[in-house]
Amino acid sequence: MMRRMIRATILVSGDPQSLGRGAEDVKLAIEAELSFYGLENEIEVGFGGGATRAEMLPSVSIYPEGVIYGPVKPADGALIVEEHLYKGRIVEHLLAPPDALVSGRLAALPAGKEGKRYAEKRVLLRRVGVIDPYNIEDYVAHDGYFALGQAITTMTPAEVLNVVRESGLQGRGGAGFPTGMKWSFVASRPEEVHYVVCNADESEPGTFKDRMILEGDPHAVLEGMALAGYAVGAHEGWIYIRGEYILSKERLEQAIHQAEELGVLGDDIMGSGFSFHIHVHAGAGAYVCGEETALLESMEGKRGIPRIRPPYPTVYGYHGMPTVVNNVETLANVPPILLNGAAWYRTLGTKRSPGTKLYSVMGDVNVTGLIEVPMGITLREVVDIYAGGMKEGKAFKCAQTGGSSGSIIPPDFLDTPMDYASMAEKGAGLGSGALLICGQDTCIVDLASVLLRFFKTESCGKCTPCRIGTTRLLETFDRLRVGQGKAEDLATLESIAQNMVKTSFCGLGQAAPTPVLTALRFFRDEIAAHLDGHCPAGVCPMQAPPAAPKTRHKYIS
Amino acid sequence: MPESSTLNEIIQKYGGDREALVEILRDVSQVAGYVTPENIATIAQRLGLPQSQVHSVASFYSLVNLKPRGKHVIRFCQDAPCHVAGGREIWKTLEQTLGIPFGATTPDGTWTLLTTSCIGACSVGPVMMVDDEIYGNLTPEKVQEIIAQYRAGGGA
Repeated sequence: MMRRMIRATILVSGDPQSLGRGAEDVKLAIEAELSFYGLENEIEVGFGGGATRAEMLPSVSIYPEGVIYGPVKPADGALIVEEHLYKGRIVEHLLAPPDALVSGRLAALPAGKEGKRYAEKRVLLRRVGVIDPYNIEDYVAHDGYFALGQAITTMTPAEVLNVVRESGLQGRGGAGFPTGMKWSFVASRPEEVHYVVCNADESEPGTFKDRMILEGDPHAVLEGMALAGYAVGAHEGWIYIRGEYILSKERLEQAIHQAEELGVLGDDIMGSGFSFHIHVHAGAGAYVCGEETALLESMEGKRGIPRIRPPYPTVYGYHGMPTVVNNVETLANVPPILLNGAAWYRTLGTKRSPGTKLYSVMGDVNVTGLIEVPMGITLREVVDIYAGGMKEGKAFKCAQTGGSSGSIIPPDFLDTPMDYASMAEKGAGLGSGALLICGQDTCIVDLASVLLRFFKTESCGKCTPCRIGTTRLLETFDRLRVGQGKAEDLATLESIAQNMVKTSFCGLGQAAPTPVLTALRFFRDEIAAHLDGHCPAGVCPMQAPPAAPKTRHKYIS
Repeated sequence: MPESSTLNEIIQKYGGDREALVEILRDVSQVAGYVTPENIATIAQRLGLPQSQVHSVASFYSLVNLKPRGKHVIRFCQDAPCHVAGGREIWKTLEQTLGIPFGATTPDGTWTLLTTSCIGACSVGPVMMVDDEIYGNLTPEKVQEIIAQYRAGGGA
């Protein structure tokens, strides 16, 4: 496992966004230039995660100096090699501005005001973009597998579970269920075989937080799973990753291989007698498979159709055995909790929702990308501080929190602390962590029909409320869009949506009406204006009102 | 469609495990472009499953194709973040430039135009994938440029 001696490591950001912006060519240019100077044996080049804001990608990090360049064009690659690595001079004009880059530096902002912490706090992302995800030694050098080693050699499974319970960690998949409680359900089951499943089927539109962890710090998820396995008495773990995440899958498989070689996964981990094996199972393109029981069905080689609950997976999961199903972000929280203790974790975030949260910010703001901030900061802070404000000429109209199935919230919510409990009190949800910020030229009806088209496509068709409900909702909004709504449409929308929430089989159908219901609550006037053939935002393609039906039969007067 | 040896290799890679049905179908579709009825029969026989079940699973997942596709497949993200970022114009441009509606393949078999759900590149929306390449920050002009590049044989 010993690496050859090298004097420097270059990491080119290798996430899909960077690759889309020419990261591959940047890497090729750097490699070509290195061999031109005969440096290829003393300097290593690889792809890293892309932890910076989108505008700084692709970035090039050079270690051990820790210099970060960005955004880098292929033509700049040669200059960086010649100046920085050959002549030893930093290329000043290509340096990424530190504030925009590692937003952790915003820690200089006033913290602790009214008990809230405003600065970005990197717990989950502390290694992303800093280490080489293809190299386990980098992970180990940054406290990697230390929590696991400590737990399995000095703590009982019940003690590990207790730390997680006391930390107050809540599931980061969207629902916010207490993780410690979920684990204890499985730990207390009498069956001999228990399983841990990592839900990496991140398909919620607008959400790319899990991908960033998987690509930039895959071992963190593996370590979290092994700790979960130890706590609940499982020896097998599966990562169900969506079929589209090809790069994440490759990095995970490599990470598992390295961890097994090093003896931090597999049989008799670190000589403790505890064994834990992790397998990767890739999906094949189905949003509903993010629902935990549909995910288990898909893992068993079937159509991804949800099972009836109860029994919940904690009782009857994979192969009918008690199974913990946790989101990627949730599991990545576990090693730092074990390492620093529950009390430390509770100093982050709010009393009711401790910890940090990853948000993928996008829409009509100046800086889009992924941020990690303590639970409980407000939307206004996200928009003004982290997203660099609204785009020029745009005024904040609404935001959708938590992806397509999230709530559409008006400006009143800008100062509500974003944690699971506070959002729920105001009738909205935090969801998966996507924040879509919309300016005043967004039309609510148009937005709703786009969201509903997604749900109509992704409904698995098993239960009628969801299958028919999504279709009817879409039809109604499509009619409103062209100015052919009927007077009773608003009431119909409300009734269909409420029935879907009450009677749908799984979370997809229960959550799909959320944008509709919140839009009706907060933007009713705008929707009603469409009934009169008027789109206040000027987006919808209004047509003339429907012609009066022609009398078909002359003999009927 | 894959030679039977390729299909066998894929089935063997997963140890003929019934639980790997979804992965086998996805891999076959990726290697061969689509899954033929003959493939389904072979997979069913090798895994000891009814053909109806294999077909039912195959038809459920969007990464498993049951029909041939064009030489290049364009998948345009139709979800809200890309829509808000100006997706509507891109949608129109794609249909006009290729002369086909979404879901169709050009008569010469070069292009298939599909929509896709979020591919997780939302901060550079609107986004489309041409085969395995992701293109972000699209404008109507950029779309035409990209398509022209492929038409000229430049590819990605």
